[in-house]
Amino acid sequence: MNTVSALAGVVIKELYRRKDFYVLFFLTAVITLVMGSVSFFHDAKIVRYVKEIALLLIWVSALVIAIGTTARQIPAERESRTIFPLLAKPVTRWQVILGKFAGCWLACGLALIVFYLFFGVVSGSREHHWPLLNFCQALWLQWVMLGVVVAFVLLGSVVFAAPSSNATISFIVVLGILVLGRYLNQVALQQPEPLCAVIYGLYFLIPHLEWFDVRDLIIYDQHLVGWVDCGLATLYAVLYMAVFLVGAWLVFRRKPLNL
Amino acid sequence: MKRFAPYLVLLLLLAACFSLATVLQERSASWSKRGASDNVLNVLLGDGRRLFANHFFVQADISFHSGYYPSIFDQASRPKDTSHMTAKEGEPAEEEHEKQMNFLGPPRDWIERFGRHFIITEHTHLEGHKESEILPWLKLAAELDPQKIETYTVAAYWLRDLGKIKEAERFLREGLLNNPDSYDILFDLGRLYYESNHDAARARKIWDLALRRWSEQEAANKKPDLLKLDDIAVNLSHLEQTEGNLARAVQLLELAKKASPHPDVLQQQIAELKQKLATRAPAAAPKAP
Repeated sequence: MNTVSALAGVVIKELYRRKDFYVLFFLTAVITLVMGSVSFFHDAKIVRYVKEIALLLIWVSALVIAIGTTARQIPAERESRTIFPLLAKPVTRWQVILGKFAGCWLACGLALIVFYLFFGVVSGSREHHWPLLNFCQALWLQWVMLGVVVAFVLLGSVVFAAPSSNATISFIVVLGILVLGRYLNQVALQQPEPLCAVIYGLYFLIPHLEWFDVRDLIIYDQHLVGWVDCGLATLYAVLYMAVFLVGAWLVFRRKPLNL
Repeated sequence: MKRFAPYLVLLLLLAACFSLATVLQERSASWSKRGASDNVLNVLLGDGRRLFANHFFVQADISFHSGYYPSIFDQASRPKDTSHMTAKEGEPAEEEHEKQMNFLGPPRDWIERFGRHFIITEHTHLEGHKESEILPWLKLAAELDPQKIETYTVAAYWLRDLGKIKEAERFLREGLLNNPDSYDILFDLGRLYYESNHDAARARKIWDLALRRWSEQEAANKKPDLLKLDDIAVNLSHLEQTEGNLARAVQLLELAKKASPHPDVLQQQIAELKQKLATRAPAAAPKAP
């Protein structure tokens, strides 16, 4: 466990040493504040468009941080040959996978806390009320979703040759699931057999990341998601994380480390 | 001196650039067909901005429904027009819209059933002054596509409803500037003067102009909206009735009758007005020379 947390600590240090997070946070803050300062028809109470833009930017930034940080972890270790002294410590390959995953996931969590603090301040200053439980639930669900994304990208980083191809493919897959995942069953039912069965199978196979996107509930001041549903969704995500991590370990344990 | 030579050359070049820019700046305006009034969005997006404008208009509708809105996969349930955005509860347009928006249906599998706990599943419309939340999207849509008439009329409707008469007038005027031939915008502007400002003289001028624009478009075979002709003529007729010009009111109702989906109702009104005119005529007769 100490080995895993030590590896995770290195990844978290990398997040605050690199410029990615600062640039993304700065861009999110500037765009949100500029849009928030625009006066539409002299009505100071209009706030939902600011929340919509801010949350969209937070989602995009969090995905960029999660995929960008995770995709380069193992390839960078192999490229700089630091993977050899690391494995000679001795650290098992499973611990490397688990440590990298924990580091990337925790780093995403830290970044999300900063983003949501900013969002809470901006939204609260305009609306004059802070639905803290809703914010916490949205943050939690997004973080759990990012766990699945991080595990998936980690699997990609031991399968694909370069971090760039891994990041691109991961982005396409994640965005595809977020945008289309919910409707695959509708699409399947309109297709003839056997295409219908194939698409429906895909629908049951993919992790439904779109469940974790509760931005609309925050933007339109809707009810909280039930805590039982929240727990079940978390369990669902944990299972997918485990699937991807075990998959990554299975590929990584037999992979030659020389480039 | 040699040490400073490159810096002096650099300064000289900068001075040359600056001088040339002052000369060329004025001339460059005539090189491009693009007018000086074009804003940054037009320059950046070109005609593609209309696509974004439509997206923002739909976003206003989504906001109006608090996020409950059919996706592209529920095309059949997507609102076909904008009438529901300016319809009050109980109106026919609203009832029809209520049926249209019942697009979710029973869940097809456990994934869909569970997924519904994380989305908005209730059809509601904004109320209690929250309607203003749709205005930023409409403003953006108008910026991107100034030729989309509905953007101005829907925004003006809600601005009036929220008591922002001046802003509504300004926005409609902006729309009119971009679409000088739009009888829709003229009709709404007339309503604003008549219903909100109680300025009958100005409303009459604007509605007369709207009628003229409608006729011009019909003459040019542009197939203008018949229902809008009905709206303009009926509203102008009511104005003339309250101002005492019954003969003109009858003429206008006759015009509206050609376009109305309920001509029998208008015919009844015409008959009543003609009766009033007939009773008024003998009283006026002795005064005639």
